[in-house]
Amino acid sequence: MKLEGKAALVTGASRGIGREIALGLAKQGADIAVNYSGSETRANEVVDEIKALGRNAFAVQCDVSDSESVANMVKETIEKFGKLDILVNNAGITKDNLIMRMKEDEWDDVININLKGVFLCTKAVTRQMMKQRSGRIINISSIVGVSGNPGQANYVAAKSGVIGLTKTSAKELASRGITVNAIAPGFITTDMTDKLNEEVKDQMLKQIPLARFGDPADIANVAVFLASEDSRYMTGQTLHVDGGMVM
Amino acid sequence: MAEVLERVTKIIVDRLGVEESEVKLEASFKDDLGADSLDVVELVMELEDEFDMEISDDDAEKIATVGDAVNYIKASQ
Repeated sequence: MKLEGKAALVTGASRGIGREIALGLAKQGADIAVNYSGSETRANEVVDEIKALGRNAFAVQCDVSDSESVANMVKETIEKFGKLDILVNNAGITKDNLIMRMKEDEWDDVININLKGVFLCTKAVTRQMMKQRSGRIINISSIVGVSGNPGQANYVAAKSGVIGLTKTSAKELASRGITVNAIAPGFITTDMTDKLNEEVKDQMLKQIPLARFGDPADIANVAVFLASEDSRYMTGQTLHVDGGMVM
Repeated sequence: MAEVLERVTKIIVDRLGVEESEVKLEASFKDDLGADSLDVVELVMELEDEFDMEISDDDAEKIATVGDAVNYIKASQ
């Protein structure tokens, strides 16, 4: 196992990509703090699955855009596990609309959770990771943060921002043994993408050289790589995991 | 006073790898003791642990010299 004895915090881990990453890290031996915002029942199911793998886990409710609850969540995680080796900033929402029609609160909500949340969680874990002189921060961006996407100005701006934040955190923290990398998933089958209509899905499928939508496990595999020693000589990078959609 | 300065000095010597004689009250962490911004953040973290106190980000930003650190610790004890 690649992550034996490691402690991880995964935000937005009750569903979709976050859930699969939490399970993927646990399968490699890590203990997991399963953060959720609203889906308590599903978060507890993830905790049970991780415990069934013989790892330690607990669910922690937190709105990642609120600095005080983020600080408490990180504190609780360090108290329970005695350390914190891996942070996966995965929590995210969409509120799609054309720019002309986008309301200010649709913009703010998405930026606050998808971008500010990454900043707040990163800030909260750096103290512990700096003391440990080691750490892995993995930010979940999106391929549309690289390519742009009509109807998603808020989401794209946030995900693009995450790439810049990844590079800056990587430069600030490298001397302390902390690496920061991002994953830019393409079209992955989750609750978030199920909301899209068939026409949009067909359009997207045509743009994917590997000719299929991704599975959350495709992202989890890369997250495990970035969390492990295998990726020790890379930092500040954004890995496109999108079936070749954007090159 | 002496005791606080002694403990602060030890942390600075350990962390920044400077000579004890260089750690004067008026010495600036960045200008005289070769610390970068991240070193200062870490020093403040160690002082918090050593003296079992919390230094807010706002207060931490005002700590630039050895004397600033010693005075801050003394004032909050």
